Amino acid sequence: MASSFTRLLSGRNTAVLLASLGAGTMATGFLLTENGSLVAEAKKKLYPPSSDFPDLRKHNNCMATALTPAIYARLRDNVTPNNWTLDQCIQTGVDNPGHPFIKTVGCVAGDEESYEVFADLFDPIIKDRHNGYDPKTMIHPTDLDSSKITGGVFDDNYVLSSRVRTGRSIRGLSLPPACSRAERREVERVVVTALAGLKGDLAGRYYSLGDMTDHEQQQLIDDHFLFDKPVSPLLTCAFMARDWPDARGIWHNNEKSFLIWVNEEDHTRVISMEKGGNMKRVFDRFCRGLKQVEHLIQERGWEFMWNKHLGYILTCPSNLGTGLRAGVHVRLPRLSKDPRFSKILDNLRLQKRGTGGVDTAATGDTFDISNNDRLGKSEVELVQMVIDGVNCLIECEKRLEKGQDIKIPAPIAQFRK
Amino acid sequence: MPFGNTHNNYKLNYKVEEEFPDLRKHNNHMAKVLTKEIYGKLRDKQTPSGYTLDDVIQTGIDNPGHPFIMTVGCVAGDEESYEVFKDLLDPVISDRHGGYKPTDKHRTDLNFENLKGGDDLDPNYVLSSRVRTGRSIKGFTLPPHNSRGERRAIEKLSIEALNSLDGEFKGKYYPLKSMTDAEQEQLINDHFLFDKPVSPLLTCAGMARDWPDARGIWHNENKTFLVWVNEEDHLRVISMQLGGNMREVFRRFCVGLKRIEEIFKQHNRGFMWNEHLGYILTCPSNLGTGLRGGVHVKLPKLSTHAKFEEILTRLRLQKRGTGGVDTASVGGVFDISNADRLGSSEVEQVQLVVDGVKLMVEMEKKLEKGEAIDSMIPAQK
Repeated sequence: MASSFTRLLSGRNTAVLLASLGAGTMATGFLLTENGSLVAEAKKKLYPPSSDFPDLRKHNNCMATALTPAIYARLRDNVTPNNWTLDQCIQTGVDNPGHPFIKTVGCVAGDEESYEVFADLFDPIIKDRHNGYDPKTMIHPTDLDSSKITGGVFDDNYVLSSRVRTGRSIRGLSLPPACSRAERREVERVVVTALAGLKGDLAGRYYSLGDMTDHEQQQLIDDHFLFDKPVSPLLTCAFMARDWPDARGIWHNNEKSFLIWVNEEDHTRVISMEKGGNMKRVFDRFCRGLKQVEHLIQERGWEFMWNKHLGYILTCPSNLGTGLRAGVHVRLPRLSKDPRFSKILDNLRLQKRGTGGVDTAATGDTFDISNNDRLGKSEVELVQMVIDGVNCLIECEKRLEKGQDIKIPAPIAQFRK
Repeated sequence: MPFGNTHNNYKLNYKVEEEFPDLRKHNNHMAKVLTKEIYGKLRDKQTPSGYTLDDVIQTGIDNPGHPFIMTVGCVAGDEESYEVFKDLLDPVISDRHGGYKPTDKHRTDLNFENLKGGDDLDPNYVLSSRVRTGRSIKGFTLPPHNSRGERRAIEKLSIEALNSLDGEFKGKYYPLKSMTDAEQEQLINDHFLFDKPVSPLLTCAGMARDWPDARGIWHNENKTFLVWVNEEDHLRVISMQLGGNMREVFRRFCVGLKRIEEIFKQHNRGFMWNEHLGYILTCPSNLGTGLRGGVHVKLPKLSTHAKFEEILTRLRLQKRGTGGVDTASVGGVFDISNADRLGSSEVEQVQLVVDGVKLMVEMEKKLEKGEAIDSMIPAQK
């Protein structure tokens, strides 16, 4: 009786009416919610997808290239089981038209199901970003057997440091753009509890961001160990900086050669690194550590998000597959000034960044050189490509030192079809 | 956010303690008021358009404190927010607006003839005069929450209404999307345009989404009457001019506002207003009149006087730098405006500015002559 009557009223009038009848706030809230779904329906009719379609004419990111009015119309009113929507996925791409150094992706997943529910948008983006990889038909190889690596010990005169990173998401919990405070704290709890079980050279400690001193924090940033305070609009517009620094932190082993970031752009970022050019040892430790962490999480009934088409599921579509970036800080004073430098990198399927990481420019002659690819090749394959590629770059540098000419290496084939 | 109830029901699987934000290092009105009890009571509510408690408070969680002013730390997503979340917002309103009670009534008075004086502020000291307020259009959600479709509808309606103004108000709309960088820089330097949204107070509340879509500025040919569309509120209405004739500025303000309101009513769209909270705006600090009436005034000596802050407090005025909120003063020139918004009328608030600034200029002149000003210090207004 009451409900059919209140359907005639707007939400606000309902509240006033109920308040005057002396109904408690609980009942008022409930009926507002019930009425709310009708208001939402009316709103969808009043604002069809065409009225909401973003203006992407000045945009240059993968989302803007892939999103059509038809796709938007089909997907706008769908939600994932956690109630995450398409508009939330694409907000960062709408707010950030382009990036000076790299073509950004322009959308994020809020949960594992986003890649399924919004596949009509994510699949073309994945194809665009990952060299034509088709999630519907192709299988991604996962291989963390570091014994297969050949070589991988670089000349310390050139390679100042070596590093491999990836990300892992905890299945069943929403990703950083979407998670509530309680979910984020649960991620922290699950991960930190598991990490406490690491032993030997991997034994270490957790530092919660909220409890760190400014001094400790600056030291960790300077050592290239810590993640930035979230100022990049790529992250903030994707809601990843909410509630900072709640439930964020860094775990590292006592030797500071194995680190885990908790709740930055992904649930976890796992990093193995050391000074000098021993990439082989870095990757050995990386694989060993990852397997142990996975085992420790599984003991408690948790697992990582993974499937055979997309590999490891992470927040940004650019990190699907292996989520792996293996790289070195390498001095290339002559090669970096050679006009063929970019082409050589392209052919080797490598990218350069400044020594501050993504979004920075190089200082002096030292570059961060790492793999371009993430999806469609395994971890072992990608690290081998980096090793072979960096060897080639150092060779070129040495030849230029001696006044000899260099040859551009042949382009590496993309993944097996 | 305009995305339904944004995950809200899913969060209810977690206990209050697990979701409650860590506010131990925070210093804003929301952090002072919000308890686990209030959070527990309101967390499963939403407004008819789907705005939730976590939406209301997110900006206050992400911005623990501000160096110059005590921020509010919460926003409304729609008119109903002030009703559905009154257990949080009423105490915040009371803290911010001098003890304003849930049963109090607010007076609206936009009859410029009721202002006394205001046309004789010394232009050697008072460089410019300005009055601004905000207005929300009934039936739409507010900037933290509205979708692109809604925001565009607000823009379209506003342009139609403003383009039908004539006489001294005849003007033109400049959408932010198609303004050149040079035009935009000029408008900012003239103190006409609103900032690109970099302040985390705004960005964390979701107000910068889709920038610059459906944002723009309308102004009359003389550049003395301006309307900002879709910044922190649906409309910000500004009357301004160089010099000290605040009376004229206020006249134009009242006349222009009334004309705009009439046109919106003809389109069957009133402004959000009620007799308790006055004009409903996004930030609880702007409820009531939403009015900030102020001057840029040279007070190099008075501003360094030991009693400057106290004088301002007694006159119910506040100081800002000449870049507006969040800035410091340059060269002894201050932006002096009314501190109050709710519980007194537009005329009363502008009267305080006019009388207060007049007094402070006289104090400045005395200090220039090396005389003391202690006898001039007023009682608390």
